Amino acid sequence: MSDIKKFMYLNRRAPYGTIYAWESLEVVLIGAAFDQEVSLMFADDGVYQLVKGCDTSESDMKNFMPTYRTLGDYGVRYMYVDQASLEARGLTADDLIEVAWEDWETEEEVDNIVEVVDSAKVTELMAESDVVFSF
Amino acid sequence: MADLFTVNKSPFEKNSLENAIKFSTEGASILLIEDGVYGASKGTACESMITGAAGKKFYALKSDLKARGIADDRLIDGVEVVDYAGFVELVCSTDKTQAWL
Amino acid sequence: MKLSVQINEGPYQHQATDTAYHFTKAALENGHEVMRVFFYHDGVLNGTRLTTPPQDDRHIVNRWVELAEKYNLDLVLCVAAAQRRGLVDDGEAERNKKNATNIQEPFRISGLGQLIEAAIQSDRLVVFGD
Repeated sequence: MSDIKKFMYLNRRAPYGTIYAWESLEVVLIGAAFDQEVSLMFADDGVYQLVKGCDTSESDMKNFMPTYRTLGDYGVRYMYVDQASLEARGLTADDLIEVAWEDWETEEEVDNIVEVVDSAKVTELMAESDVVFSF
Repeated sequence: MADLFTVNKSPFEKNSLENAIKFSTEGASILLIEDGVYGASKGTACESMITGAAGKKFYALKSDLKARGIADDRLIDGVEVVDYAGFVELVCSTDKTQAWL
Repeated sequence: MKLSVQINEGPYQHQATDTAYHFTKAALENGHEVMRVFFYHDGVLNGTRLTTPPQDDRHIVNRWVELAEKYNLDLVLCVAAAQRRGLVDDGEAERNKKNATNIQEPFRISGLGQLIEAAIQSDRLVVFGD
């Protein structure tokens, strides 16, 4: 087995109501120090983690939305969103934040690595991962 | 080979079983544990999730069934009962384990 | 086969840690290697020695300790999650100027890198949570 594994972080929970979203994000940030191929999958209520316009100032919760926007700098190459979960919640890709990515060595750039995919693609992406982290 | 999905939620509480079935590939194994074992009982409003899922193999953890009073004759046909050694065996004999919490 | 286990929930509140314990025990008894058990989120609460359940209930913390002693099991509490929830060892007490510790040996507090490393080096990672 090669040393590079395909990691997928599976996010199925809404932010703020519980700490799972924030603490799983911390794993992703720490994981950047390891040279793995990393993707994030947002499904079910997890799609709410990427919704624009969150303001936690009055609730006194930690606002970790800015952290998502920096994930491209933390080795995350792909952020997938399950289309059916998004549509079921009355949302579209326009409601979601954008996350840029750049390969510092090759200078390859991607304006937005957040990609809405259909169920068949979700299944395929999860199946081809080596490790799926759940929180 | 395919993956093992663990489901620990009652299908009446959350969509974990429904989506584990939906997002698993042909040949996947789905193991019901903890409150997930309620999904293995027949005659419920959720029964068709399992009876209608073609190409997937379903398992339920014996000690969790017993703790919840779900006798073998209440199980949906085709659901296989495994103990913890069987759980370990499923983990090792599949490609990887995904927890659908 | 080399396995690792991740536990996301605390003892008693949720069955996750019970399931993880029985799974880990069965894996070891059947000749598999368990490289690490990593406790995250409220799972770090499995590692306090101050836990005192009623006598007619299982002692979840002691159960982990006994399993660890028998099989030389590596029980790791995530440091960030532990700090948030008041789990303190000698090193953390000194660093954060706390006048008490509550960690149960052989649990140890370490970084999230231990989870990533376990995922990389193990054949399987099995997650137990809510």
